[in-house]
Amino acid sequence: MTGWAALPFAGAALAAAALAVTRANAVHAVLWMLAALLALAGAFLALGAPFAGGLQILVQAGAIVVLFAFAVTVLDLSAEAVARERARIGWREAAPAGVAALAVLAPLTVAAVSLDGGAGGDVGPIGPAAVGRLLFGPWMLAVELASLLLLAALIAARHLGRRGEARR
Amino acid sequence: MSGAAFVTLIAASSGLFAIGLFGLLLRRTVILQLVSLELMLAAGGFAFVVAGARHGGAEGQGMFVLVLTVAAAEAAVALVLFVRLRALADSADSDAFDRLRG
Repeated sequence: MTGWAALPFAGAALAAAALAVTRANAVHAVLWMLAALLALAGAFLALGAPFAGGLQILVQAGAIVVLFAFAVTVLDLSAEAVARERARIGWREAAPAGVAALAVLAPLTVAAVSLDGGAGGDVGPIGPAAVGRLLFGPWMLAVELASLLLLAALIAARHLGRRGEARR
Repeated sequence: MSGAAFVTLIAASSGLFAIGLFGLLLRRTVILQLVSLELMLAAGGFAFVVAGARHGGAEGQGMFVLVLTVAAAEAAVALVLFVRLRALADSADSDAFDRLRG
């Protein structure tokens, strides 16, 4: 695994993400987010992480994007509403957000460049069996906590999303 | 993986995180802010997988699974909250939700 094979996928993910956060039409934004997440899945596969790549496609690009596709249906996507949204994301609004994002990016990049990465080198792909042995062995407690988190999210979504008059 | 490739990919994940933060600050529609948050979480998971591939351990992918769990729970709760608040406030802007009342 050379690592460079993942770079085109990472570049595609960056470009798709940049498009996703700047589209006026929310449906286009969600579709570009889907493209970014799929590009990341390609990067995972190129890095020799097939389990992460598969999960990225199934859960992140599949299940989570489907949730967004449902939620986007409550938005007003008429031509006027899209034009109004486009007027709100001009340079005046983008400049402070860009400055703040660069202020966060700069130390992150400095930290990344100063990484020597420790002992590394050519390691083969790490398959699902190794990940499973880790998750259901020493990391059992973390997996149980994650299952509790998902159960709590399920109950919360069911409770909040129930029909009936909205409480005030 | 060479050290240069490792640094480049970690920098790319930082860039993805920064793009997500930019979107979070720029957009006022709640669902687009959630899209940005999702990208930020994906950037964190990407950094874990890159580091795991560098060191040859399964821990990177293990942490990615946990990040994915958080992302799924966050998306489910946030989107149902958004749909409910959208009906209450008749607006999709986070600016409209500025008052808490029991």
